[in-house]
Amino acid sequence: MRYEAPQSVEAAVDLLAGAEGAFVLAGGTDLLVKLRSEMLEPDLVVDIKRIAGMKEITPEDGGWRIGAAVSGAEMGEHAGLVADWPGVVEAAGLIGSTQVQGRATLAGNLCNASPAADSVPAMVAANATVRIVGPQGTRDIAVIDVPESPGKTTLAPGEFIASVFLPAKPKQGGDAYLRFIPRTEMDIAVVGCGVSLVLDSAGKVTSARVSLGAVGPKVMLVEAAAEAILGRALDDSALEDLAAACSAAASPIEDKRGTVDFRRHVAGVLARRAAEIAATRAKGETA
Amino acid sequence: MALDHSDKPRTFKVVGTRPPRPDGIDKVTGRARFGADIVAPGMLTGRVLRSPHAHARIVKIDTSKARALPGVKAVVTRADFGAVPEDVADVIDNCMAGDKALYDGHAVAAVAASSAAVARKALRLIDVDYEVLPHVTDVDAAMKPDAPVLHAGRQEETVPEGYSQNVMSRVEFGHGDIDKGLAEADRVVERTYRTGATHQGYIEPHACLATMGPDGQADLWCCTQGHYMVRNTCAAILGMEQGQLRVTASEIGGGFGGKTVVFLEPVALMLSKLAGRPVKMVMSRSEVLRATGPTSSTSIDVKIGMTKDGRITAGFAQLRYQGGAYPGSPVDMGSMSAFAPYDLENVKTVGFDVVTNRPKAAAYRAPGAPMAAFAVESAIDELAKGFDLDPLEVRLKNAAREGTVASYGPTFPAIGLEATLEAAKAHPHWTAPLGENQGRGVACGFWFNFGGDTCVTLNVTPDGTVTVSEGNPDIGGSRASMTMMAAEELGIPYDRVRTIIADTGALGQNEVTDGSRVTFAVGLATIEAARNAKREMCKRAAMIWGIDEEAVEWVDGAARPAGPNAGKHDPMTLKEIAAIASNTGGPIAGHYEVNAEGAGVSFGTHMVDVEVDPDTGATKILRYTVFQDAGKAVHPAYVEGQFQGGAVQGIGWALNEEYIYGEDGILQNAGFLDYRIPVASDLPMIDTVILEIANPGHPYGVRGVGETPIVPPLAAIANAVSEAAGVRMTDLPMSPPRVLAAIQGQKGG
Repeated sequence: MRYEAPQSVEAAVDLLAGAEGAFVLAGGTDLLVKLRSEMLEPDLVVDIKRIAGMKEITPEDGGWRIGAAVSGAEMGEHAGLVADWPGVVEAAGLIGSTQVQGRATLAGNLCNASPAADSVPAMVAANATVRIVGPQGTRDIAVIDVPESPGKTTLAPGEFIASVFLPAKPKQGGDAYLRFIPRTEMDIAVVGCGVSLVLDSAGKVTSARVSLGAVGPKVMLVEAAAEAILGRALDDSALEDLAAACSAAASPIEDKRGTVDFRRHVAGVLARRAAEIAATRAKGETA
Repeated sequence: MALDHSDKPRTFKVVGTRPPRPDGIDKVTGRARFGADIVAPGMLTGRVLRSPHAHARIVKIDTSKARALPGVKAVVTRADFGAVPEDVADVIDNCMAGDKALYDGHAVAAVAASSAAVARKALRLIDVDYEVLPHVTDVDAAMKPDAPVLHAGRQEETVPEGYSQNVMSRVEFGHGDIDKGLAEADRVVERTYRTGATHQGYIEPHACLATMGPDGQADLWCCTQGHYMVRNTCAAILGMEQGQLRVTASEIGGGFGGKTVVFLEPVALMLSKLAGRPVKMVMSRSEVLRATGPTSSTSIDVKIGMTKDGRITAGFAQLRYQGGAYPGSPVDMGSMSAFAPYDLENVKTVGFDVVTNRPKAAAYRAPGAPMAAFAVESAIDELAKGFDLDPLEVRLKNAAREGTVASYGPTFPAIGLEATLEAAKAHPHWTAPLGENQGRGVACGFWFNFGGDTCVTLNVTPDGTVTVSEGNPDIGGSRASMTMMAAEELGIPYDRVRTIIADTGALGQNEVTDGSRVTFAVGLATIEAARNAKREMCKRAAMIWGIDEEAVEWVDGAARPAGPNAGKHDPMTLKEIAAIASNTGGPIAGHYEVNAEGAGVSFGTHMVDVEVDPDTGATKILRYTVFQDAGKAVHPAYVEGQFQGGAVQGIGWALNEEYIYGEDGILQNAGFLDYRIPVASDLPMIDTVILEIANPGHPYGVRGVGETPIVPPLAAIANAVSEAAGVRMTDLPMSPPRVLAAIQGQKGG
């Protein structure tokens, strides 16, 4: 196995394009575990942490560009990011342990392509995009278009994510992410739900994005759930409709982590709870 | 020497204090050497090939390609072991499959190679021809007459007709007349309870280093709860004399009963024998979960009758335990302990030991008892609540006490169950208010405790310090406890004594660290060894003073003249006697060997508050208090640690831990992600109350405390969850999907 730590995007792309069995290393919280447990035997590991910008969070068009090697812990320490997208920061902060938090990245969580990834539904709700670099140049795509199926992304050979972009926070907007796990931490989502919404001065929802994780082969944006609350105040009846839309949209499997009925039901429960938190944040209150 | 025996409660100077443990610094700095930390020059890496099938006939194993791989120094299959004595036949079959692979993960071959990478590659080159057979992993399914059979022709005569040959044996305990008792009841509860198989979840995987020379002498280092057991078992399997195999126990990162048997050790020895080099083997976590010994999953019918004032008129239980691929589930101990906390006129338990296509069950902390207590204590709770009676009062009304004929036979001496119930009743936890969706549960538990073969040698060094050599791996702070008891008995400070775990060449036979026996039995032997050393030191002082041995007594760490004719002599301290030992007859030591009896049974009562989220079925443990009789707490902090650890393992068992098998008989959750032991943030502080009802069988009154604390939690938590959720939970684990389905089922009905 060969290890390379290139200094530029171009050098990294050249390395990745020129080798089969090449893997990108940023935080390494998935890659190194797979290596140690003998699930992977890479020929080449390309460490992107030494490339300029990979460890930086920079303001851009009112939003934030987050380098591919920025860890969850660094996001949690960034006041501007926390103020604008607390749901995304909290979702990233749910991954693994304190030690893992010091390494794990948004881009890595996305590229691992687990349907249960915590940060992904939050990024989808936030309408985040990623900047992909590769042999054919640079392109920006929506986060939701990155996962293809469990363990697989739409990235072409030689491509990698250089950064994640969180757009400008809408005025009177708020986001939240909740997941269900049987324990309190160190676990994997049985259901995850991201909600991002904007309220008018009367407290009615003027726009919303609702996403679900771990209830399908990949993250899903539930448009019916957003429509269920559009134009409405988040009263009991609106929240019930939101929950029902999420339960209906969920298409989970039955496995060791939960039954189909359980996941469908809890998808609705989490949507309701996440929407309430997002609304509180949209009103400028703390939650 | 006149010993200070007395019937009065003695006052202790060291026992009952909380000094730092001697192994503490090494463990928190990483200097302690665990199983995988042992190395030897020229050592090879051993790896095991495991069955991917739940049940399969092994038609042929072709190892020729693996043997031809450069760097491979030895390949072992069952054929290499030949015939072994009958009492270790199942043991070797579990370590290395013979005709059949009996569970997913069953070892079928092993290699020793120059590196892990070569070993890994070699395993892929071993060609095993399997004939896949039908399998069964559920206990009730395995008992049916048409179930796939694991072992033909081994069923004991105790099993009545109509059962599969997987039912290996049947046991029965009790007295009185169940039907008569049930007829006297105002209400009878009859229910079936089920518990999932759980693993001890020790953090340190099994590991060992074996080296066998051409002269037939061998050394083995391993993490184990009993290196004497490892020696005896491996010697039998390899056809060696026990004296030719020296086993040294490493520090141990948890055992809880799971390290009372061998898995890798005979294989490592055989690989070393064939390769002529030291061989080291370390299991991965998934190997630990797939192929070591979890505890039984169970299915239990309970029928209990009670009068409306809370008197239990009859108690019956039929217990069905699957113990994995070989006979020997702990159903006998479950059947004996199920009703042990109660004084019952009519009681009967029947137990079935069942084999299935799962790894063979090993001991897990009070083996067999927690599941039985879960069933019985749930039914008692339901009856008490049905009559609107206080569940603690009901238990007090029926509690076993001194003179009670236990459901499993013996008559109890002084025991502490009532004391724990009274303490629970008086505790502020019992009357604290509960909020919405919250519930409180209580349950009692019992464990036998054991003694067994024990040797201790206590040496006095020339500078007057003391070393204690004992033969039981320290899994719960026992070196601290032995040091304390030796210091107490000798009348010297704690830091003047050091206790080590000696290898198998240094002492005679020692029973495994199990049965909550070590602080009791090794403690007893340590005290007696110290008394023997004191006798010798008194003799030396008598020699110097020129007086009779009997005229010398040992007080506060020194020999003193005693009695009218002793004369006036300044006391001689241990240090002073040690300094001149060479001139008074040579080195001074005390030793003691015993098959210790009088362990003293132990009871506990647990109280727990939970909150259940009615929308997700998730349970949060809010408050937990353990009340248990310790006889005498030698080091109270470690007694509390045992109480807390048992409660926490019980919380995991009750809420989330479970072996999950697919339709294909393959274990679905062979890792700590999906085999969910509690994490720290899942838990409140576990409060503890130590009761001390002296055990007459121990010089200081000590009872074992390690196992009882895992007996009550399953029931206590189930009783609390049932109250909070408004529906009786009878199946463990009470995972969120199961609790939510029960809540929704209740609403629907």
